[in-house]
Amino acid sequence: MDSEMEALSKAAQEIAQVARGMGLDFYPVNFEIVPAEALYTFGAYGMPVRFTHWSFGKAFYKMKMQYDLNLSRIYELVVNTNPAYAFLLEGNRFVQNKLVIGHVYAHVDFFKHNHYFSRTPKDMVERMSAHAERIHDYEIKYGRDKVEKYMDAVLAIQEHVDYRAHIGSLQESDNLGKIDRMSTAQNLNCQSKGCKGNCGGGVVKDLGKGDSVNKTNKKGAASPYEDLWEDMSRDDADVDPLLEYEDLLLYLIKFAPGLEPWQKDIVSIIREESLYFYPQIETKIMNEGWATFWHARIMRELSLTDSEAIEFALMHSQVVQPSRLGLNPYYLGVKIWEHLAEKRSISELFELREIETDLSFIRNHLSKELVEDLNLFNYRKVGAHWQVTENEWEKVRDNLVKQLVNGGHPRIVVLERDFEGKGGLLLKHCHEGIDLDIIYLEKTLALVQFLWGKSVALETVVDNKKFIYESSNGMVSRRLGSKSEENGGK
Amino acid sequence: MADDIIVSRDDWSLHRKGYLDQSRHKEKVEEVIKQQMGDLIVDESIILSDGKKNTKIPMRSLEEFRFRYDFNKQNHTGQGSKKMAPGDILGREQATGKGKGKGSGAGEEPGQDIYEAEVTYEDLANILFEELRLPNLDDKKRPLIAHDRPEFNDVRKKGLMANVDKKRTLLESIKRQAFSKKIEKDKRLKITPEDLRFKTWETRPNFETNAVILAMMDTSGSMGQFEKYISRTFFFWMVRFLRLKYENVEMRFLAHHTEAKEVTEEEFFTRGESGGTRCSSVYKFALDLIEKDYPPAHYNIYPVHFTDGDNIGSDNSRALTLMKNLVEVSQVVGYGEILRTHYSSTLMSTLKRISDPKLRLVTIRDRNEVYDALKTVFS
Repeated sequence: MDSEMEALSKAAQEIAQVARGMGLDFYPVNFEIVPAEALYTFGAYGMPVRFTHWSFGKAFYKMKMQYDLNLSRIYELVVNTNPAYAFLLEGNRFVQNKLVIGHVYAHVDFFKHNHYFSRTPKDMVERMSAHAERIHDYEIKYGRDKVEKYMDAVLAIQEHVDYRAHIGSLQESDNLGKIDRMSTAQNLNCQSKGCKGNCGGGVVKDLGKGDSVNKTNKKGAASPYEDLWEDMSRDDADVDPLLEYEDLLLYLIKFAPGLEPWQKDIVSIIREESLYFYPQIETKIMNEGWATFWHARIMRELSLTDSEAIEFALMHSQVVQPSRLGLNPYYLGVKIWEHLAEKRSISELFELREIETDLSFIRNHLSKELVEDLNLFNYRKVGAHWQVTENEWEKVRDNLVKQLVNGGHPRIVVLERDFEGKGGLLLKHCHEGIDLDIIYLEKTLALVQFLWGKSVALETVVDNKKFIYESSNGMVSRRLGSKSEENGGK
Repeated sequence: MADDIIVSRDDWSLHRKGYLDQSRHKEKVEEVIKQQMGDLIVDESIILSDGKKNTKIPMRSLEEFRFRYDFNKQNHTGQGSKKMAPGDILGREQATGKGKGKGSGAGEEPGQDIYEAEVTYEDLANILFEELRLPNLDDKKRPLIAHDRPEFNDVRKKGLMANVDKKRTLLESIKRQAFSKKIEKDKRLKITPEDLRFKTWETRPNFETNAVILAMMDTSGSMGQFEKYISRTFFFWMVRFLRLKYENVEMRFLAHHTEAKEVTEEEFFTRGESGGTRCSSVYKFALDLIEKDYPPAHYNIYPVHFTDGDNIGSDNSRALTLMKNLVEVSQVVGYGEILRTHYSSTLMSTLKRISDPKLRLVTIRDRNEVYDALKTVFS
């Protein structure tokens, strides 16, 4: 170990002590210094090892370009596992690394304690590397283009998983239980040729035997939560055919006609990874704010030389630099935490980091003073201009909350899988005031149709009118939705 | 407690994953360019700038589609450096991707990524020419025009002072001084006679290949801006393609209505005249020109004729006879009708009687059919 590494190692131990002394509690951390190529790859893929896809290459190219042009710099990357892995950019100055190390400990503390991370597998690095290998094998077996076409389609809907399934809200987990059961029903019923896709709609009582059928489907592809659903599926009896299913990917695995096992496996791989990343998406502001809040406090405890202190201040101010039209999550997050720290005890802060997500964090703690202090405002497009519309603090807060609902993605649910008796999949966009991007909608619908095999329709609202978009045979058509509002909504 | 924090460093120099997927992405961009070839090669910014400019094309097909909100209908939250009041204007609609006149509707979303691939003329040319082939290459013609050409391919210590290789000479000097290890007081480079290096050459027989394009166009009143632009685009790519294959590509411009005459390039593409159309006149003119200036034994001849097909009926049989002669002496003859209607002309159906595959007949009704026309003529 060279002297630089030795010094860094010593600093990491020392900072760990300081951090623990302040009450942070984190998993063991493996720091590794990596060159820019590697760090930016991890940034683009979200993980040190992940399956191959051109979209990651595109992200990598963009990020690396920004770095090469000196426009932005990623100092570190932390992986939510136990032990945690943290990658430091080669060429970071010593004092920069000190700040980054403190930042990392706070992130890992957050991963360890925030409730929404409690079900993320702690061996995700190994799992993802196994996923990558499986997908690579499929590429060899079925051809790269074929696998890629498939991945393109699944990645397009990767956000549509039921990320609350494990939280235990009775209503939602019920639905999942039912999906599980309906699939067994289909498996059993569809053996008779006469049944044309109608088998899912009925009520199925006896489920005990279904489990074995299910298990053969899953093989190695099982998601970590599958056992949970099976438990639930045992003890409720009625199936309401008009339920809305939130987990589009799971629904495809269970019901898409004609999906081969390897194709189901790909869906389940992407679903598992999507579920893993979900808590990070919905705690971005909180988590970055938390880490920034603590690295500043930790740095104050360390003995820094004058020039180090200046360098630290410079880097810290760059991290929290407000951006013009968007919102810098580091800045917004740390401001809220600091604001809270003025009024509350440290132990209350620790409690908040356990129980909140960005959504509740903003709703509960973005106060009037903060909105005014930060000069936050709402804006939208009026004609050809982008115009400020509101600056009242409650409206600003509510708008931010609205954007955080469902991880910022439109909520799409499955209504039925035998639409108009032709075996089509019917989806519904739960319209909450914002229309969908129609070009994207049409393209994505075609991709879902590719996965489903038969036609796929989506109900949505455009300019206060209800429309049904339907994709069949590569053509997307649009028609006015049914006259009665209740029809699909129940 | 100290052993749960580990700091390490590894060799990541073989880690190429990001680059591999990046090149896959690039491949996909190229696929899309290929699909859009028909539109791209008629782009004014390339044709009119003589192939010097880069063209940016907004590309929707490489986006990662998903269900997402309409950015333009959404309320956003932002942060100001000062207090903002309702009604303050933050900015105008951004104009990414406009001005290309392609009307793809891309780019009105600030903050959203539109992947803009920068396509250079070379990129386009490479992809396009990959798909074109030069038919009927007549090898007999090649050795006829041969002369010796010097080829610099060696470096020696002795030679003519005029051929001194400055770079290598300097390198030698630096090397020698580095080896000598003497730390010299004044650091100026000294060049000794041993440092000198000279380029030397060998003479090689050079088989020059010549091609001539006889660009013919109907300049009668019915040929408008659109028709001129189409033919201009076609000739633009044709010349560049032939230059890859032949060392000298000449171009002669022949305009005609009822009579044919030779004109300059500028006149050819800009001027119009009124009057009827007699296509045989320009075929005759081309044949005379070939006889006078371009003996078929020495030249690869590529006559291409663009017209709206509106030929005087009585001229068709004469045109057919002359066209037959023209086909005989040429490598490939292109006959293109630029039409706005769905009927093809009587001249077209007359020419169809020629069964020689060297005659390529194309009809262009839309800008993006130039691409297909090129592929038909050079296949």
